[in-house]
Amino acid sequence: MINLKINNIPVSVEEGTTILQAAKKVGIKIPTLCYMKDINAIGACRVCVVEVKGARSLVAACVYPVNEGMEVFTDTPKVRASRKTTIELILSDHNKECLSCDRNTHCELQELAFEYGCNDKRFVGAHHECEKDTSTSYLVRDNSKCVLCRRCVAVCRKIQEVGVIGPEKRGFKTQIGCAFETDLAGSPCVACGQCINVCPTGALHEKEEIDIVRAAIADPEKIVIAGPAPSVRAGLGEEFGYPMGTNVEGKMATALKMLGFDKVFDVNFTADLTIMEEANELVERVKNGGPLPMFTSCSPGWVRYLEYYYPELIPNVSTCKSPQQMFGAITKTYYAEKMGIDPSKLFVVSIMPCTAKKFEKTRDNQNASGYPDIDAVLTTRELAKMIKQNGIIFNELPEGKMDDPLGVYTGAGVIFGATGGVMEAALRTAVETITGEPAQDVEYKKVRGTKGVKEATYEVGGMKIKVAVASGISNAKKVCEKVASGKSDYTFIEIMCCPGGCVNGGGQPIMSSVVRENVDYKALRASVLYKADKKAELRKSHDNPVIKEVYDSYLGEPGSHKAHEILHTSYVTRTRYEK
Amino acid sequence: MANQQKIPFTGTKAQEQKLRKVLRGLKNVDGALMPALQQAQDIYGYLPIEVQEIIADTLGLSLAEVYGVATFYSQFTLTPKGKYKIGVCLGTACYVKGSGDIYAEIQKQLGIESGITPDLQFSLDATRCIGCCGLAPVMTVNDDVYGKMTKDQVAGIIAKYKN
Repeated sequence: MINLKINNIPVSVEEGTTILQAAKKVGIKIPTLCYMKDINAIGACRVCVVEVKGARSLVAACVYPVNEGMEVFTDTPKVRASRKTTIELILSDHNKECLSCDRNTHCELQELAFEYGCNDKRFVGAHHECEKDTSTSYLVRDNSKCVLCRRCVAVCRKIQEVGVIGPEKRGFKTQIGCAFETDLAGSPCVACGQCINVCPTGALHEKEEIDIVRAAIADPEKIVIAGPAPSVRAGLGEEFGYPMGTNVEGKMATALKMLGFDKVFDVNFTADLTIMEEANELVERVKNGGPLPMFTSCSPGWVRYLEYYYPELIPNVSTCKSPQQMFGAITKTYYAEKMGIDPSKLFVVSIMPCTAKKFEKTRDNQNASGYPDIDAVLTTRELAKMIKQNGIIFNELPEGKMDDPLGVYTGAGVIFGATGGVMEAALRTAVETITGEPAQDVEYKKVRGTKGVKEATYEVGGMKIKVAVASGISNAKKVCEKVASGKSDYTFIEIMCCPGGCVNGGGQPIMSSVVRENVDYKALRASVLYKADKKAELRKSHDNPVIKEVYDSYLGEPGSHKAHEILHTSYVTRTRYEK
Repeated sequence: MANQQKIPFTGTKAQEQKLRKVLRGLKNVDGALMPALQQAQDIYGYLPIEVQEIIADTLGLSLAEVYGVATFYSQFTLTPKGKYKIGVCLGTACYVKGSGDIYAEIQKQLGIESGITPDLQFSLDATRCIGCCGLAPVMTVNDDVYGKMTKDQVAGIIAKYKN
């Protein structure tokens, strides 16, 4: 153990601890800007500087390791002046349109500027010239608000191992962008949006679709349908001050109706539908000799990754559309037909914890009714914004219910949002399909939890099925390498693009670095889904009465010709950089 | 956003083989990117996307990372140099002696802002001090040095190298 004093308070910590971590132990928060736990510790921004007795200059607390007898001072006039000047210098080249900025009131730079009583006009000088990058359907980069903290670079490079962005040029001209200054659409970005979630300012945000949703709601000709994904109910509450891990499904249903949606269904329902098709596809592949292993296809960021980086594995991906696309497809076919509505009048809005879903809706071969399956995608954050804009007092709303028939779901559907959830849901159905007997135990605990790669082997009807579950692209890469080299003995693999699964998607409420420092957010959000599953009367997708009805009266069997036409899709090989 | 003028890539198989050999030698070396870029530039004369992609894939880096380093150091160039590389010193001594006007005149004569002429004959770069301030203002064409330059000498010097 190392003994040191911080502001004259003695503390003992393990060797290798940074000053920042040690200070936390004695109840002192050192301000940070570029630092983020598990993602970025590079000492670049100089906001976390502290005085160390005997040191030549101020040191960056986020990277400076403690040593024996050290005396640290975190709040001297010299330290405060240095931090203040640093922030003021950052502000001198910052696009200060704070009033209308997406991150107004939850911007880490704004908080620091306030905390240090900064004068945003102390330094007046040149500004970066930069255009907004609006080239993709899912993300906007506005480098005029970038503070060059490199958190986005770190999450893209280290956590996702995609690395499509990086710092380029030097000195005042330094900017974050794609290789050869192509726009984001010209790069092999997988659209996960993790960069948005780590950005301390408003330099990155999703491409908003609120206006087109409002226009559809205002159009008397349109019947506007909402379908929230499983994880939205596990994250939305955070935007309204609920503790992390609160299920706000009931209030969300009420709010969606108050916003003017004609019907509020649930993507949990089509998660169940996905399982019917995917479990059937798995059983067919096992019976007919492959191709195996089969990968899940729910996560559009993962699918995009595969298309760019492992196109040779495309035959191994389930052809099932994702729950979002199935939601639009079944609404505009089955539901339209049942209700006698012309599908052109239906406007289907999915609400997603995800930015890649905004890209997914634009993919080819996603228009089962002849019209796009999905018309608009809102992130969890955009939904929260709409609710606030409409003056809806979310916290005081009565608990509502999703509408019939496409709002009925089982516990298997709701756990889709956590890493391992799709695997567990699929196993619940596949096992009964193979054995023909109802299973007693429906909980597959080995595939739960936030570990990056999980493996398990299950005996099913005398057959050994080895499964793998990976979340986060760096983990997906490991599994893909194994499969591509022919060394895998897996039968079925679930992959989610974002670490921890959709609960930690790029469209979820943004947590500051302080929250990330102190909370196991992935597990907390996932717990909402597992609790809902535990409480559910029905926990297997094939027990969902509406699913049964849809197959009996419309689709026939899982994997039928009609099911294929409506619920399945195809993939393409993508070129990483056009020359 | 891309603002580089696009010159068609004319790398040969022999150049690629040479590069790949260099990269094989650097595969498990820490900090391999700098020597890789330096030697690639020796082979190709510049670092186009085609070359940077080979480096990125072989060293297990992302193209953005390679590009970041290639644009950080001024020794690297992303555009090819001409058969005749013209440099004009814009260091302090040359600058006060009017090398800015010389530079502008060359731009006018060649019809380019910087970079390379469409016929790939001439490229133009502003350089720092080349160590002969006594001759200021100075321009260079490959290894030839021209000192005490005046604006009206420019056309004649360029003509010497044409065709």
